[in-house]
Amino acid sequence: MKPVNFDYERPRTIDEACELLASNSNARILAGGQSLIPMLSMRLSRPSLLIDIAHIKDLSEIVATDTHIEIGAMVRQAVAKNAKMIQEYIPLLSKALHHVGHPPTRARGTIGGSIAHADPSAEIALVAVTLGAEITYRVGDDDHMFDATEFFIGPMLTVAPPDGCLVKVGFPKTSKICGTGFYEVAPRRSDYALASAAAQINFDSKGAAKTIRVGVGSIGDFPERLDVDHLLNTDLNDESIIATVKTAITEIETVDDLHASAEYRKRVAAHLAVKALQTARDEVREAPAK
Amino acid sequence: MIQVSIEVNGKTVTAEVEPRLTLLDFIRDVAGLKGTHAGCEHGVCGACTVLVEGNAIRSCLVLAVQADEQEVISIEGVGGDLGRSGELSIVQDAFCEAHGLQCGYCTPGMVLVAEALLADTPNPTEGDIREAISGNICRCTGYVQIVEAVMLAADRLANRNYKSKPGQPSDQTLG
Ligand SMILES: Cc1cc2nc3c(=O)[nH]c(=O)nc-3n(C[C@@H](O)[C@H](O)[C@H](O)COP(=O)(O)OP(=O)(O)OC[C@H]3O[C@@H](n4cnc5c(N)ncnc54)[C@H](O)[C@@H]3O)c2cc1C
Ligand code: FES
Ligand code: FES
Repeated sequence: MKPVNFDYERPRTIDEACELLASNSNARILAGGQSLIPMLSMRLSRPSLLIDIAHIKDLSEIVATDTHIEIGAMVRQAVAKNAKMIQEYIPLLSKALHHVGHPPTRARGTIGGSIAHADPSAEIALVAVTLGAEITYRVGDDDHMFDATEFFIGPMLTVAPPDGCLVKVGFPKTSKICGTGFYEVAPRRSDYALASAAAQINFDSKGAAKTIRVGVGSIGDFPERLDVDHLLNTDLNDESIIATVKTAITEIETVDDLHASAEYRKRVAAHLAVKALQTARDEVREAPAK
Repeated sequence: MIQVSIEVNGKTVTAEVEPRLTLLDFIRDVAGLKGTHAGCEHGVCGACTVLVEGNAIRSCLVLAVQADEQEVISIEGVGGDLGRSGELSIVQDAFCEAHGLQCGYCTPGMVLVAEALLADTPNPTEGDIREAISGNICRCTGYVQIVEAVMLAADRLANRNYKSKPGQPSDQTLG
């Protein structure tokens, strides 16, 4: 279990990282290394140059704009999990981060690395798709922005430019009154999930649901949203939630593997999506407005 | 080859290394400390856990070049005075007393995740402890006595009359 040999560079700026990427077609970015280093050790990945972006200060910032919280690609998952700004404005991500690996992998693993790696069961990717996050890559001098709902196209496959460096992920801020739910089923605590679901309901000041977003992960090649707009015209009672999720999930393609059948995964995901929506609803019905 | 300088248990170890050398192999083969165990070498077992800048991390998933200029504490350094006093840390002692180990292969990793947990969370619940050790595999104990050992250590740390951090001298009286 030893990687092949490679060169190693430690750029201080995004520009330098992009120059290095452009200089070598077999270069890879090294962020937290929690997915890349296992692939190197198993020799599934044989880059000739690793570009360690941990020393680029701009990539470790969390910035609030009027509409979004922009998380730098190199923000470690443990830092994001404890960040007050994320707990307040992207509570769904805070909930999801609890399920991402274990404390030692969160201490190293990054937000950007998880998005770029695009594991079908990645919780951060599921939240990005559910909320419609904006994913920004730098190629040379140009920024390219992608809508998370169109970014993931297969297992470990995205539409990202091969010579690009992911710089930040912008998650839309919640409305003042909002409820969230995140659930997954995994063989071991915090391990990769067999099925996962995320939900967020934004309410207006009168307590009516404005937007309802639900996504499911781990069951197909990439995380996907369920179409539940039909629920906007209901009072979010259990029957309508169950019926809407049941119909919506038939549209999702699921895959088998060693651990669980496609059939089982779909059933579990539907159950988790219902539970996530119920939790999102009940958080608001029980909690006073902010 | 790249020159790196890593402070291992308070002692700076400087060497020319290949970028592909993991921190695990650096600690074992360059620093010569064999207490950090190599289990799977691809991030699933936790046997290789050490503290880097105070955080428990998997040393097989960090390259030595990434740990350049950083502080590492391995199992040899958790006892009093960075392991030099010859005394076990409270956590190590609790593992012995609660029979938190059998073959001992997972133990250095288990002790270090416990040290990291207790440094941040002095009064952990059983749930906190299970979460902290969730990434570490033990094929022998069935985990129950490991959880008991960490609870015992938390209890003793809460009731001790001196303060210490992993690797620090244990003779400072609490002010
Ligand atoms: C035991 C264990 C359990 C885990 N459990 C989970 C889990 O439950 N859920 C989960 O989602 N993940 C899990 N992971 C993986 C997670 O920890 C990783 O952090 C994440 O998948 C990758 O992030 P990273 O920062 O470590 O990226 P790296 O490993 O450094 O990189 C991963 C890939 O992304 C590319 N990349 C990284 N950053 C950029 C960038 N800025 N621009 C362009 N490309 C980039 C790299 O080139 C590489 O191809 C687990 C890992 C381990 C070892
Ligand atoms: S040897 Fe590092 S996790 Fe198994
Ligand atoms: S004591 Fe043998 S693996 Fe844990």
